[in-house]
Amino acid sequence: MEMIEKIINGDRKVAAKLITLAENDFNQAQNILKELYSYTGNALVIGITGPPGAGKSTITDQLTKSLRKQGKTVGIVAIDPTSPFTGGALLGDRIRMQDLSTDQGVFIRSMGTRGNLGGLSPATQSTVRILDALGKDIIFIETVGVGQAEVEIVKVADMVVLITMPGMGDDIQIIKAGIMEIGDILVVNKADKEGCERLVTEIEMMLDFNPKSKWRPPVLKTIAIDNIGIQELLQEINNHLKYLNESGELEQRRQESAKKEIFDLIQEKWKEILSSSINNGFLNKIAAKIVKREEDPYTAVKKLSNILIHSYTQGGMNK
Amino acid sequence: MFNAEEINKIKKSRLKWESNTLKNTLPFFSERKDKFVTGSGKEVARLYTPEDLEEFDYNTQLNFPGQYPYTRGVQSTMYRGRLWTMRQYAGFGTAEESNKRYKYLLEQGQTGLSVAFDLPTQIGYDSDHSMALGEVGKVGVAIDSLKDMEMLFDGIPLDKVSTSMTINAPANILLAMYIVVAEKQGVSLNKLKGTIQNDILKEYIARGTYIFPPAPSMRLITNIFEFCFREMPLWNTISISGYHIREAGATAVQEVAFTLADGIAYVEAAINIGLKVDDFAPRLSFFFNAHNDLLEEVAKFRAARRLWAKIMKERFGAKNEKSLMLRFHTQTAGCTLTAQQSDNNIIRVAMQALAAVLGGTQSLHTNSRDEAMALPSEGSVRIALRTQQVLAYETGVTETIDPLAGSYYIEFLTNDIEKQALKYIEKIDKLGGASRAIEQGFMQQEIQNSAYRYQEEIEEGKRIVVGVNKFRIKEKPPKGLLKVDPEVEHHQLMKIKKLKESRDNHKVKATLNALEKAAQTEANLMPFILDCVRSYATLGEICTILRGIFGEYKESIKL
Amino acid sequence: MDKKKIRVLVAKPGLDGHDRGAKIVARALRDAGMEVIYTGLRQTPEQIVETAIQEDVNVIGLSILSGAHTHLFPRIMELLKENKVEDIVVIGGGVIPEEDIYELKKIGIAEVFTPGTNTKDIIKFIQEKVK
Repeated sequence: MEMIEKIINGDRKVAAKLITLAENDFNQAQNILKELYSYTGNALVIGITGPPGAGKSTITDQLTKSLRKQGKTVGIVAIDPTSPFTGGALLGDRIRMQDLSTDQGVFIRSMGTRGNLGGLSPATQSTVRILDALGKDIIFIETVGVGQAEVEIVKVADMVVLITMPGMGDDIQIIKAGIMEIGDILVVNKADKEGCERLVTEIEMMLDFNPKSKWRPPVLKTIAIDNIGIQELLQEINNHLKYLNESGELEQRRQESAKKEIFDLIQEKWKEILSSSINNGFLNKIAAKIVKREEDPYTAVKKLSNILIHSYTQGGMNK
Repeated sequence: MFNAEEINKIKKSRLKWESNTLKNTLPFFSERKDKFVTGSGKEVARLYTPEDLEEFDYNTQLNFPGQYPYTRGVQSTMYRGRLWTMRQYAGFGTAEESNKRYKYLLEQGQTGLSVAFDLPTQIGYDSDHSMALGEVGKVGVAIDSLKDMEMLFDGIPLDKVSTSMTINAPANILLAMYIVVAEKQGVSLNKLKGTIQNDILKEYIARGTYIFPPAPSMRLITNIFEFCFREMPLWNTISISGYHIREAGATAVQEVAFTLADGIAYVEAAINIGLKVDDFAPRLSFFFNAHNDLLEEVAKFRAARRLWAKIMKERFGAKNEKSLMLRFHTQTAGCTLTAQQSDNNIIRVAMQALAAVLGGTQSLHTNSRDEAMALPSEGSVRIALRTQQVLAYETGVTETIDPLAGSYYIEFLTNDIEKQALKYIEKIDKLGGASRAIEQGFMQQEIQNSAYRYQEEIEEGKRIVVGVNKFRIKEKPPKGLLKVDPEVEHHQLMKIKKLKESRDNHKVKATLNALEKAAQTEANLMPFILDCVRSYATLGEICTILRGIFGEYKESIKL
Repeated sequence: MDKKKIRVLVAKPGLDGHDRGAKIVARALRDAGMEVIYTGLRQTPEQIVETAIQEDVNVIGLSILSGAHTHLFPRIMELLKENKVEDIVVIGGGVIPEEDIYELKKIGIAEVFTPGTNTKDIIKFIQEKVK
């Protein structure tokens, strides 16, 4: 396919178009993504998450600059929430990455969550793969960490850097919410602010209570805006990567992610099948029966499921 | 002003008026709107009475002109003694052209100069820098080196005029150039009168012409405080500006609050480097916006004066009377000018200027009618200046001091703005002061929200803008707009090239090296910058040195 | 299933820091259901065009108040052409005199919105242009 060829040869324009397609029409994009798949798997994917204002974009910006100096290429997927009321989104992460915008070794894509509750864009996984195929060595996924985003980001990232800062008033909240548990590396940014030491102590204490596998997440202090602590963070990322490789956890994680992806995609597929195949007068008839108490919903669903499974396995169902 | 018994009486008669007269009238003459609001969107009552000033105390809240808390003005004679300084912000193209415009304005009766610099100068780029492309000489005069500054003030004796310079991030460099021009004219520094804007915090908040991060920027500012305290006693070392904050969409309360919060940050910074408050505070000056809502604006100026006096006295323990006085320059609100039926802008400007005068401003710039479309033409600038002269000599508002004092509405609004602004300042204190609040995007976001609300009101027709969303006509595009000669850029480039060939480049290098070393210590950089300027190092060269040591600021906004 | 959204890059080329208009427009477009990429002050033409490519935007909105549009807008149009992305709709806003608007439209700027424009008109213009 011409498109695939172009992407693996580094054509940013085609890559950008394919990302759009993945966002707008996943079914159509899949036909291309499946061809692209064999060219992926080379990039290290790092999730950067944490509460708003903690400095995720600035840290991503600084990490990228350091990596560029080492000759590595970088892809960045910056995700901001889509307004549930208007469907629109203001994507402003690039403001803090202005210096990167003309660097040909860096590709940045801003995305809205588009109604996905998990804090990731539904097209995140596809985008990561496209940037991977485009030849980026490291891919950062930057997303606001509230609630479920963490769970989601684990599905796409090889490792997660969790960023927080002192004085947000919700330090404890972050810890309580269990968000910390997904962080492989914990960063307290804006470390020159009051309350930094206290926060670090609290986090360390929590880690003592929650021994997470063999890897104890290091807690780092950074002042990203002044590029302080970034080299150390990069070092920890390398350490963690080494650990992941040596312990076999990387392989394990990726397999886990693949399982989750399969499950997600099947769910999506079935949702589609269901909504297209039950969308006829049939459903109305059953609903009427249920309302009249001629049938109960539980039995109806059981019957319906049996019919659907049967007809699908017979291949009799239209796509 | 009124005792409890009187207030009670008034209350009774108000209730009577409401239940009889008003109640009978409303069904026949209903009010135009459900809700009346000020220019800043604050709800306005139908009527103000002594009841709204229950706690009012003349002696502590107003007192007399020239007396604490200066609500009625900073001088005891105000405009009966001397009118405000009529100071039109001007400058465009080359130093030669701007020099001509200044001479014209002085001939026309303007009493002070106000220099507008182009954006590359304001951001520390020489005219030949790639970022300067298309910007040279556009919104002000292009100054690359002392050479340009010499030309800018050619034939203008610096001991006879007062000069205001709108320059912030590279303020030290332009001040140094001005000083060296004065030296060459044989004018001693202690005779120099004028103001340098030198207010970096509002650049981060609203205006955008920053270069360095906050910490080194604050150092550069306090370097000027210290230098001028010793050498230039008549010079205003900073003009703490609410003007641009308002232009960015802030309300009157936000304008006062954020400006004074910035002021507090500067005072603290100066005290932190060991200056005594009464050594530098008398030379702090302010710069406000005069917006559309006449009465709200008058109250705003009075409230700002009172609040600042209290802050200086109570928070910083200032003893010198001059430290307590908020002296300010005013410019009419550029954001209220319309491209549609642009002659209407003359009327807007006149009303806004009236607010500034009734509010007791020390100097005033009136915008020109064509500024929503281009730089002002000479004819438009003249009308703008004449507007001030009509106010000064024909309207009679100058003949008595603070003429609106005692109006129930004005005093109520003055109290209210002071109170609301103080609340904001307390909040900013909690965030760790102005610098911190800016870093967190607090002020920026508050302003953005106000700006968006204002725009919504206009688009929903709740706020009428004459000629824009009502009373529209079909009109032809205006003629005679000023265009900056595209040759300016070329001209500047030639000048820089020639300069670099003719100056003593060893000396330039030596002075720049000395500056680089000094920047890494705690030293006051003014003497070093003066040496660079004297050797004809360019603005860009000096800023490159400082960028290398200080780094560059990154925008901090929340969307 | 088509979940197409209009993507707009709102950019401030040039050196002026007056971003009130740009931010208001960005917000209004967001409220109209678009995805708005906002990049901040002092953007060079190269930065703007590269960002537009990576973000695959339908529209670029340029806001400028310094008068440098006569230099910067043509440069941006040139770069779009060089990169073969001239299908992106480019609109401008700011203090721009009538006679310049005529010139800008000649080089392919779709529309120029001057102060006093209702944001709804901008939204409508974009929606009609992109559909």
